[in-house]
Amino acid sequence: MAVTSFLKRRSADLVSWLQAGPMMLVFVLFFLLPLAFVIMVSFWDYNEYEMIPTLTTRGYTETFEGCIAQMPELCTILKTYLKTLKLCFLVWLLTLLIGFTVAYFLAFHVQSKTWQIALSLICTIPFWTSNVIRMIAWIPLLGRNGLVNQGLISAGVIKQPLEWLLFSEFAVVLALVHLFTFFMVVPIFNSMIRIDKRLIEAAYDAGATGWQTLWNVIIPLAKPGMVIGSIFVITIVMGDFVTIGVMGGQQIAAAGKIIEVRLNALQFPAAAANAVILLGVTFLIIASLSRLVDVRKEL
Amino acid sequence: MTDNSKSSAGLSRRTLLKGAAGVAGLAAGSGAITGFPYVKSAEPKVLRYLGTAVNQADDITKKLFADTGIKLEYITATTDDVTKRVITQPNSYDVLDTEYFSLKKLIPSGNILPLDAKKIKEFNNITPVFTKGELPNGKKIGDQGTAPKKVMFLEGSNSTKFASSVTEWVTLIPTVYNADTLGIRPDLIKRPISSWSELLNPEFKGKASILNIPSIGIMDAAMVVEAAGIHKYADKGNMTKAEIDLTIKTLIDAKKSGQFRAFWKDFNESVNLMASGETVIQSMWSPAVTKVRSMGIPCVFQPLKEGYRSWASGFCVSKGVSGQKLEWAYEFVNWFLSGWAGAYLNRQGYYSAVLSTAKANMEPYEWAYWMEGKAAEKDIKAPDGSLLEKAGAVRDGGSYDDRMGSVACWNAVMDENDYMVRKWNEFIAA
Repeated sequence: MAVTSFLKRRSADLVSWLQAGPMMLVFVLFFLLPLAFVIMVSFWDYNEYEMIPTLTTRGYTETFEGCIAQMPELCTILKTYLKTLKLCFLVWLLTLLIGFTVAYFLAFHVQSKTWQIALSLICTIPFWTSNVIRMIAWIPLLGRNGLVNQGLISAGVIKQPLEWLLFSEFAVVLALVHLFTFFMVVPIFNSMIRIDKRLIEAAYDAGATGWQTLWNVIIPLAKPGMVIGSIFVITIVMGDFVTIGVMGGQQIAAAGKIIEVRLNALQFPAAAANAVILLGVTFLIIASLSRLVDVRKEL
Repeated sequence: MTDNSKSSAGLSRRTLLKGAAGVAGLAAGSGAITGFPYVKSAEPKVLRYLGTAVNQADDITKKLFADTGIKLEYITATTDDVTKRVITQPNSYDVLDTEYFSLKKLIPSGNILPLDAKKIKEFNNITPVFTKGELPNGKKIGDQGTAPKKVMFLEGSNSTKFASSVTEWVTLIPTVYNADTLGIRPDLIKRPISSWSELLNPEFKGKASILNIPSIGIMDAAMVVEAAGIHKYADKGNMTKAEIDLTIKTLIDAKKSGQFRAFWKDFNESVNLMASGETVIQSMWSPAVTKVRSMGIPCVFQPLKEGYRSWASGFCVSKGVSGQKLEWAYEFVNWFLSGWAGAYLNRQGYYSAVLSTAKANMEPYEWAYWMEGKAAEKDIKAPDGSLLEKAGAVRDGGSYDDRMGSVACWNAVMDENDYMVRKWNEFIAA
């Protein structure tokens, strides 16, 4: 008896290993291994045209160059991260607010399934063209001689065109929110649609106002979606340099941009060191987010 | 005729194969896999050509194929990516088209095969701008930065050391070069511009732009610093750390006071900025000015009293190329210098390496407009037939001798490149 149950357990183990195996293999090959290489290379030395596999912390020390000497003024890397974090926070806040509202509307105000699907599809329209085209489309709209400025001038609201509409932090945040709100809508909608409608009725019957229901019933239950959406948006924005480059007129520093400049100058170890730093920072943010909600438990 | 049809059938089939089997399939497998018994005679001559879009045109591949039977497969990348690819994937191309300043990175990597000058038919007719750093009339031109003559020759066929004088071993066969300056919108500036220092003139606050490619942008900045009388460099193309600090500080001060509207990184960005009136003065490339002008918007490639920042590119061959393929590469280079391609490039506002053969392939009125700085006798058309300038127009900056004779410095990779790149990041973050 004992032997059969042991064998049974062994074969059950084997089956679950086999089931997890392909995913694990992909994960190791295409994520862990490259990541290990990046970390390894970040400790190498380099010259104008090649990487030199000797252990050095040059990539890191030079990245933080001047951070102590320049105090109290911030050094390049801290300034860059501060800017990136600020943009990231603004984009996260706006996408969360807008995404939550859109998802709420879709989940609770739209009754028919067909309409829910149709409206969700409409949300994907911005994704029908490429990222670059979506960004470039803002330029004739927001530029010095763009539609918005022309409209405001002819309406008599302003006399001089507004310069801060384009190539500014405003433009960057606008474009990023436009690009990534959808990544919030989907997971939040997914959480909301699974909320038992009877809970809302119960809250109503118990005399809760609309806001109380929202705050005490819907938001706690939609939290996993909000956290998942936040993880999407934060990881993308932290690493972005294309949107920030185009919409910020290349004048706004970004953590991703530093990596790109280093790569283009063939300074791979320095780029790798910066990538490791960025990864670390992003990981910290995600880790603290997932302390708020145990995503796995809630799914 | 029959031979032709066979080779073209083989071609399409081989193009398919290439996708699947890649390089090896192309070189080794063409006989074995396709199974053509006569494949040797019908073998299409294919060269994979890595470079920026500057020299890559359908017209050139078509004409080349018609003249020599060589088929070019373009691999297009940005300047930085071309360099990256040469260093990391030297077997992914046959012919490389790159800029002279990249050679300081490429040659030590050992991935480049120097070409034998004796096999280049027109070699002795290549303009002395490259070989000696002077105009055909003997006038010396500026050699700050990575001037081509400094990096054009190697000490031997296997050497990775640049020779100080002319040798038989050539790193890059020059193809195209130009002298760059600031582009301006005369209709919005409404006064003459004659100095690089105008780029940081507060009059153009919020309407100026500079190139966000560190190794080129720093040179434009150096022209400005020198023109403004802030500092005189011993060599703008090879600054000391203190000079880099000073140059970047000047840029940062300007950025903080709101001088720049945006920085640009590729051709189309620079065209958009200028055409939309977001900027009125900025670093620019000649064909970008032409493009703005062809949209009906006035734009001038303004000659400035301090001179031009010049660049040059050329061909070389990957270390992995040998045998038959190397012969095709020489055949291609010889064809390129034989005039048709040179005339094609000259008509776009670039300059070609062998002036005599290009001249023979251009109409006299074209040559007079593009190269001699004379007023156009007839309408000037681009190679694709579109109108560039009406009769009577004069080229910005004038003749070849006037423009190339006023070169002050060349695009460069500095000894302190690593430090410069870090400081450039500081400028962007400021």
